[in-house]
Parts: sequence; structure tokens; C-alpha cells
Amino acid sequence: MKINWFKYAAPSTFYPIAGKLIPFFGWAALLLIVGGLYWGFFQTPELLSDQKQYYRILYVHVGSAWMSMWLYAVLVMWALIGLVFNTRLSYMMAVATAPTGAIFTFLTLWTGAFWGKTSWGTYWDWDPRMTTELILLFLYVGYMALQSAIDDTRRSDRASALLALVGLVLIPVIYWSVNCPDPNQCAALHQQSSMSNIEPNIRIAWLVTAVGFWMFAFMVILMRVRNIIIQREQHTSWVQQLNEVKK
Amino acid sequence: MSVAEFFSMGGFGYYVWMSMGMALVLMLGEVFVLKSQRKTVLKQVARVIRMEKNKQ
Repeated sequence: MKINWFKYAAPSTFYPIAGKLIPFFGWAALLLIVGGLYWGFFQTPELLSDQKQYYRILYVHVGSAWMSMWLYAVLVMWALIGLVFNTRLSYMMAVATAPTGAIFTFLTLWTGAFWGKTSWGTYWDWDPRMTTELILLFLYVGYMALQSAIDDTRRSDRASALLALVGLVLIPVIYWSVNCPDPNQCAALHQQSSMSNIEPNIRIAWLVTAVGFWMFAFMVILMRVRNIIIQREQHTSWVQQLNEVKK
Repeated sequence: MSVAEFFSMGGFGYYVWMSMGMALVLMLGEVFVLKSQRKTVLKQVARVIRMEKNKQ
């Protein structure tokens, strides 16, 4: 079957499709996040004795840390498609992805601080992973700032897309920042983690919540891209003929 | 497990609920902001339509 993907790249075609997908992702996010946290809070009491209850911070920390890195890769993918094919919608998707990525990055640092205080005795340390995650937050903010600083949309899209592309080098650095070659030199607090070492009930809570975060990200990115489409195409007749516009 | 025991999280309640609370605030906040943004852009389109009508 041959699908003409560029047909869906037209904002006027994508706008209603996105609108139909939003409730689906919204409900999936709600069910998975509530379900995952329910499992994590109520199906693990004998695993997490009083001394270890702070492990529950990880249910949101791990998911948002994954999202913070994934969404940056997604942002760069859209930026790259925009640069290559010069499609308006892919730039709009890139712009719509950034704030959600920044929010998850902030949430990662926030929950990480509270985790750090309980398990390492400090809210903040210049551990390689924390430092690189903080730089990731600055990258998101820098992308958004550059994007909004240039008035001409086409130029601001292209300039910020290039910045995002350059910033991609940080993602593997964050990912491998725990494999510190010499512990004496980089003093990593984060240890190498392996999914198979984690108790299955805790792993279920992590994974289900993380998938729920994905669904949440899809929902809010589609909501935001719809706002951006309306804003950027406000002079076109298809936007002006939308039922939701009160004439 | 009593309700009070649940919320105290073995003495780590402050840390656990500060984390969960921030996740809740940010996620609900994002949805709320996007919804009000949608209202704003739709109003903006209505204004553009009125302005273009007046020009004619």
C-alpha cells in the first residue's frame, strides 16, 4: 500500500486528525499513570520497608528522565525533517515538542533532588548525570528562546532547528554518563542500572508509568501543535472556516 | 496500613510527596495552560476575520 505521507504534512489535514487522537492519548495516559502508580504504591509494601519508602520517587523520576532525553531526540528528528523537506508542519511539531521536553527535564531534576537528599544526603551535586541533565534543560530553554526571538517564522524555525541539531551530541553523553571510566575522577553518584536487577513489581510500576508519560507527551504535544497551527495559519480560509472559531 | 502511615512513607513523606506533587502540578498545569491558549488563539482568529471584513 502506498501512502502519500506528504498529504498528512499539510496542517489543514493534520489538524483534525490530531484533534481526534488527543482524547485517545489522554485516556491512555490517565489509565497508565494511575495504574502504574497504584501498583507502585500498593503492590510493593513488603518490598519497600520503612527505610526504603523513598524508592517511590523513582516511579516518576525514571519515566521523566527517559522522556527528557527521548523528546529531545524527537525534537531533533522534526527539526531535521523540516530542514531537509522544508515542511511547515515538521517545524511546528519541533516547536510543540520543546516545552514538554523542558517540563520533563525540570521534573527529572526536581525529583532527582529529593531522591538525592534521601539516598545520597544532598539535594544537588555536580555528578556527571545531573550536570548533563541540567545542560539539557538549558538546551531546551535556549531552543525556545531562539525560536521566539526571531520574528520571521521561517528563519526562526531554521535557526532554532540548527541549534537543536548541534545540541544532539549531549544525548549520548547523558546516556553514558553513568559509565564513568574512573570513579575517582568523575565521582558519579548515579550507578549503572540494569532493568533485570530490579524487583519485577517495582519494574512494572516504572515501566507502566513511563509509558503513561509517553501517552501524556503525545497528548500535550498534539494540543500544542494545534494551537500553533491555528496561530500561524490564522489568515488562511480553512482556519477561519473552522467550527470552533466563533464568528 | 493506616492512612497516616501511608502518607508518612516511613518518614520520607516530605520527599515522596514533593516529587509526586510536582509531577501532578506540572502535568495538570500544562494541560490547563494549553486549553486556555487554545481559547486565546481561537479568539485571535475571530478578531482577524472581523478586521478583514471591515477592510472590504
